[in-house]
Amino acid sequence: MFRFIFGRLAVLIPTFLGVSLIAFSFIRLLPGDPVMLMSGERVMSPERHTELMHQLGLDRPMYIQYFDYLGGLLTGDFGSSIVTKRPVLDDFVNLFPATLELSLCAIIVAIALGIPAGVLAAVKRGTWLDQSLMGVALVGYSMPIFWWGLLLIIFFSGYLGWTPVSGRISLMYFFPQVTGFMLIDSLISGQAGAFKSALSYLILPTVVLATIPLAVIARQTRSAMLEVLGEDYVRTARAKGLSPFRVIGVHALRNAMIPVITTIGLQVGVLLAGAILTETIFSWPGIGKWMVDSVFKRDYAVVQGGLMLIAAVIMIVNLVVDLLYGWVNPRIRH
Amino acid sequence: MPLLEVKNLTVEFQTASGPFRAVDGVSLKVDEGEVLAIVGESGSGKSVSMLAAMGLLPWTAKVTADVLTFNGRDMQAMSDSDRRKIIGKDIAMIFQEPIASLNPCFTVGFQIEEVLRVHTDLGRKARRDRAIELFQSVGIPTPEERLGHFPHQMSGGQCQRVMIATALACNPKLLIADEPTTALDVTIQKQILDLLMKLQAEYGMGLIIITHDMGVVAETADRVIVQYKGRQIESADVLSLFENPKSVYTKALLSALPENAVGGRLPTITEKLTDAEIFAGALR
Repeated sequence: MFRFIFGRLAVLIPTFLGVSLIAFSFIRLLPGDPVMLMSGERVMSPERHTELMHQLGLDRPMYIQYFDYLGGLLTGDFGSSIVTKRPVLDDFVNLFPATLELSLCAIIVAIALGIPAGVLAAVKRGTWLDQSLMGVALVGYSMPIFWWGLLLIIFFSGYLGWTPVSGRISLMYFFPQVTGFMLIDSLISGQAGAFKSALSYLILPTVVLATIPLAVIARQTRSAMLEVLGEDYVRTARAKGLSPFRVIGVHALRNAMIPVITTIGLQVGVLLAGAILTETIFSWPGIGKWMVDSVFKRDYAVVQGGLMLIAAVIMIVNLVVDLLYGWVNPRIRH
Repeated sequence: MPLLEVKNLTVEFQTASGPFRAVDGVSLKVDEGEVLAIVGESGSGKSVSMLAAMGLLPWTAKVTADVLTFNGRDMQAMSDSDRRKIIGKDIAMIFQEPIASLNPCFTVGFQIEEVLRVHTDLGRKARRDRAIELFQSVGIPTPEERLGHFPHQMSGGQCQRVMIATALACNPKLLIADEPTTALDVTIQKQILDLLMKLQAEYGMGLIIITHDMGVVAETADRVIVQYKGRQIESADVLSLFENPKSVYTKALLSALPENAVGGRLPTITEKLTDAEIFAGALR
């Protein structure tokens, strides 16, 4: 087991280097530079521009900047924002809980609805139920997130007035940040109505963010279940006189989970990418919105650092998925 | 009263090109302590007829029978949950591919104890003791340790022993063995067959062996049913079948045994007989 984990960790090193190179170079491919954008509408003299670029160290050769950056990474220094001057890591730590809360809720919804939907579609294969579930899943999968988010806002917030449009909680409530998760902090604060308010703000972004992973998980579960339901051991389980619930829910599902867990792991990347759009639509103060703002401001340090940290999160999740995989499938463990 | 009685069993599958009749008017009886062999080529409906009797076919199969009783109880009139109380307990079944028949995600101990949990009131400790006892009776060495193993850690022969132990867990009255030795190599085949016969005598249960191996039939069965393309061709006790086969198909089947081969070529059945000739002597 240690060997397995060690092997997985060793693969992370080249991945991490690759991501750092991509993060570093791609943001620099965009036209414009942070100093130019800082000056805004005002005209800046070329001398002043050169001076500021020098101050920020952006006039040095590219490879020196890269190795400087890499050296910082190795000591845990992700640099500071060119715009706000705050350390990137501090901002990330402050903002990440908001994204994590939204992503966790979304993946929980996606798993909680996607797996049963997939199982049901597989068990009722070829019926109207199967076709409608998979039809809805296809629509969900094909829907552009931003458009779907806008539709929901127009209908539920605008037309019905059920949910708020943007933010994380009503301005009426204020409490100290303990976990960074609004749902939990609002409960800890003990303020009446705070939890309900936090929940009402969370619902629409969660639905929007969960849609694509939900559709993917449902479709993957269906196909994995269909394959497993034809296996000999499922027939054996039925020949033992087990209830259909146990045959499907224990014997078939455990085997079908092997590819589904891989899919769920891959969806975490999709989820964080989706979070960027969702947070922008709902003004959700998480890392997605933070990253988008930084790209517009050419805040190199934030974009680089943010990408590295997001990549780290995805790599950790993938490692956990690999470990889970071994747990679900004993053939890998032994 | 026979243990299992089936009259005029028909199974149809809905396919894209219309209904396909896999079993056509099969009838059989098995008594307690009796060994019945069902023989036939691949696709003769041997397995399907037994799966139909146990209610294990998918919903796409349409099963009808004039009589389908187990121990005097009408299996067709029974609710699904009542039938599940009999299946796995009073009627058990083992299959052709022992490794594929065991769930790869669970230990063999879990899989054998599961039957006991569903069909008996035994507690956790008693279930484990019973599992160890069953493993011993089917000849699995170090049963305590083996209970914690996964199917992929065992050989095909050992997996089949686990399947047999699982089938015997609740002292069934009838055991259906669907080609129990086909997927195993020859030395193991003999061991498994001997084990089955020993346990059949010990438990005094009815045994239906589905096979295409006439050698297995000769060695094990009291009575034999020969099937071809879903229909019964002949039903006889084992001695008269081998000594004096009535149907042309049975004769051809016996002459197709490798030991009866003349010259360098193995005889086949279809080159000698047409379907019309075979069905001319069919039981129905």
